[in-house]
Amino acid sequence: MSAESVFPQLEALLPHVQKPIQYVGGELNSTVKPWDSCDVRWALMYPDAYEVGLPNQGVQILYEVLNERDGVLAERTYSVWPDLEALMREHGVPQFTVDAHRPIDAFDVLGVSFSTELGYTNLLTALDLANIPMYAKDRTEDHPLILAGGHAAFNPEPIADFLDCAVVGDGEQAVLEITEIIRAWKAEGRPGGRDELLFRLAKTGSVYVPKFYDVEYLADGRISRVVPNRSGVPWRVSKHTVMDLDEWPYPKQPLVPLAETVHERMSVEIFRGCTRGCRFCQAGMITRPVRERSITGIGDMVDKGLKATGFEEVGLLSLSSADHTEIGDIAKGLADRYEEDKIGLSLPSTRVDAFNIDLANELTRNGRRSGLTFAPEGGSERIRKVINKMVSEEDLIRTVSTAYGNGWRQVKLYFMCGLPTETDEDVLQIGDMAVNVIAEGRRVSGQNDIRCTVSIGGFVPKPHTPFQWAPQLSAEETDARLEKLRDKIRGDKKYGRSIGFRYHDGKPGIVEGLLSRGDRRVGAVIRAVYEDGGRFDGWREHFSYDRWMQAAEKTLPDYGVDVAWYTTRERTYEEVLPWDHLDSGLDKDWLWEDWQDALDETEVDDCRWTPCFDCGVCPQMDTEIQIGPTGKKLLPLTVVK
Amino acid sequence: MQRIRLRYTKRGRLRFTSHRDFQRAFERALRRAEVPMAYSAGFTPHPKVSYANAAPTGTGSEAEYLEIALTERRDPAVLRALLDESLPDGLDVTDAVEAHTSGLADRLQASVWELRLDGVAVADAERAVAAFLAAEEVPVERATKKGIRTFDARAAVADLQAGACEADRPGAGPCAILRLVVRHLTPAVRPDDVLSGLRATADLAPPVPAAVTRLAQGLLDEETGAVTDPLAPDRDAAATAAPPTAAGLTAATQAPPAGGGAADGAA
Repeated sequence: MSAESVFPQLEALLPHVQKPIQYVGGELNSTVKPWDSCDVRWALMYPDAYEVGLPNQGVQILYEVLNERDGVLAERTYSVWPDLEALMREHGVPQFTVDAHRPIDAFDVLGVSFSTELGYTNLLTALDLANIPMYAKDRTEDHPLILAGGHAAFNPEPIADFLDCAVVGDGEQAVLEITEIIRAWKAEGRPGGRDELLFRLAKTGSVYVPKFYDVEYLADGRISRVVPNRSGVPWRVSKHTVMDLDEWPYPKQPLVPLAETVHERMSVEIFRGCTRGCRFCQAGMITRPVRERSITGIGDMVDKGLKATGFEEVGLLSLSSADHTEIGDIAKGLADRYEEDKIGLSLPSTRVDAFNIDLANELTRNGRRSGLTFAPEGGSERIRKVINKMVSEEDLIRTVSTAYGNGWRQVKLYFMCGLPTETDEDVLQIGDMAVNVIAEGRRVSGQNDIRCTVSIGGFVPKPHTPFQWAPQLSAEETDARLEKLRDKIRGDKKYGRSIGFRYHDGKPGIVEGLLSRGDRRVGAVIRAVYEDGGRFDGWREHFSYDRWMQAAEKTLPDYGVDVAWYTTRERTYEEVLPWDHLDSGLDKDWLWEDWQDALDETEVDDCRWTPCFDCGVCPQMDTEIQIGPTGKKLLPLTVVK
Repeated sequence: MQRIRLRYTKRGRLRFTSHRDFQRAFERALRRAEVPMAYSAGFTPHPKVSYANAAPTGTGSEAEYLEIALTERRDPAVLRALLDESLPDGLDVTDAVEAHTSGLADRLQASVWELRLDGVAVADAERAVAAFLAAEEVPVERATKKGIRTFDARAAVADLQAGACEADRPGAGPCAILRLVVRHLTPAVRPDDVLSGLRATADLAPPVPAAVTRLAQGLLDEETGAVTDPLAPDRDAAATAAPPTAAGLTAATQAPPAGGGAADGAA
């Protein structure tokens, strides 16, 4: 397979496209290894535009982990915008990597990281542009393995026909294990062809190969069972879990793009996993257990990362960053260290409690205090019990009171609409909450220029969560409920003008719901949407609800199902779910109990501070919670000038 | 406060860097190189960098200029090497002098451009150039954010010549090179506009996009058409004036580093 650079052909097209810089590579800290010095070659794809894909931590971590190994190379590829896609088709330029502009079909593996299901059509575009057969069954030994990872890979069934394999869970160690299996198979002269390689991967028990599983259906459209069709293939595929984050301090040398991207900062993942137990949150469920990076490990990564990049902001990432056992010392230590250097610190995903205001104050010591963001998620106390987001309205008011008292002027509140058991009343209470926030802000600050923005979107039930059985609210009902809330807020004479209202209509959520909880039959819909021109479904200007619905009406009746069957239908305990054979570690019975608790409005505590609730992850996966405190402090760095 | 003027390039694939992209990359390079930058006042302090007359996205350049302000003195030659090292290959810092005069931007009166036309015979290019130069006025159109705008591309052109591409270049087929000297007027006439003009006056239509590179910027000698090094006055001033510090002395007496110096493109 030729791996000649296609840059000369591409270069002639670049003057005719928007933002050509995104296609040329050459980012600081990017790596191009000699092709012939390596025997296992990965192309890593983030199936969205460069500006979204480049900052993705997952891709950057794997890129560095793989390139550090002798004899292994990894290059990156992103979705090209339709303007370049048209020119590439016209001039016969294939999908390429941005590092050395090699054609994708020359690599051994195309690893695709799916943070969301809305990247599926972009996978098909890339395969087609790469001249790789779209269906796995049509590929030969000469084609790369198409491997999916990322959170959406916890239910890869809708794209099962297009994939050769999928990995669930953490990728750092998994890509190295896969690399060794490919290397051995190639060194032996590729015995048994593509099937043998896939079999060797499947046998490990931690790589899912869809073609080795048959899905059988009942007459009513539900799945009767999913069975391995080859002996030696395990019934269930288990997820990967990296236990010691300090052993994996990646990315060490983050990529610094020339093009503008959505996040431009030195990001450090301060812990992985979350046991708060919010029932809607797939990320919190599938990344258990909690594993903290140590305070000193964090300090070290920030120091080296800033030197390697020149970024002016540090992001401390996790699913709930203020929950790190030593977050106070981390924030203070970093703020002290970088006070002189005008380095900003950001802490996304913080919970609603007063402690976080102290943290926020620390992080903005010298800067302006513009806005704070909290996510109560539900408007009423009742619905917050259903979703297990244990925040009371008093907590929230106390928190914003402290915030306004400390000079903050704007609070942003995030909510969801369409949560299980939700009524109009639950959503309308969001308006009351916003009013109370403004009133408290005016009282504490003595000023009237206080703002509160309410941001709300439709809830989509996700696999491997207690809400995986729940009916999704239809787009029409979601929109109707949101309109009522909007009218209530707009109609408030005294406070309405101080409340910003942002909402996402219910239609994209239905497509996301179809793809999230879909099975292999949904693949036909994705293919039809792609053929009809569907691209970049995560982008409002490209997304077309009608196109998805038409494609579904064309393809799903053959199977006796429809979009509503996948989205607004409630599942029962007995039903075999399309992702049951992919093991996230969570015990299905525990998830069901938690679903029942949700319906009973019963809350469950965080197992970091209370006894185990037997969610199943730790014993089953031989893992355990890894948290501090270590008791160490960040020392000032010696400044040599 | 010390002010240093830098000359830099946009080469190869990094010619697709937009000016905004370059600004971000440059400010990060300043951080990595730990340059003691002076900052603007206010809520969101920015390092003090003045950019002048950036080349359009997609065109290469050997002669871009900017000026930075430092809170501590640095040897310009050392600073040049440090910043060059901190920027990606293709964005290369080729010259640095301490500012001893005012008005660098005012000295950027004209540019020398090279336009490489693959697939165009030299004779055709020469004919088109002759027709263009013979015209009193060459109205061209350009799409702007406010719609189509029409303006004259001829008056700004101080010189335009056609020649052959180098003999040992890769690939076959005809190839012509245009050397264009254009005055910086308002509205700015870009190489693209001159190409539109050549198409309008002489039907010159290159089959592939022209590869365009700025070779030099500086003061225009109207008699000879030469464009002179805009950093030369600073170098001269530094050489004659008593330098304030030892660091200044080193910088002032040093020969221009490789790749920089006199406007080689205009020679």
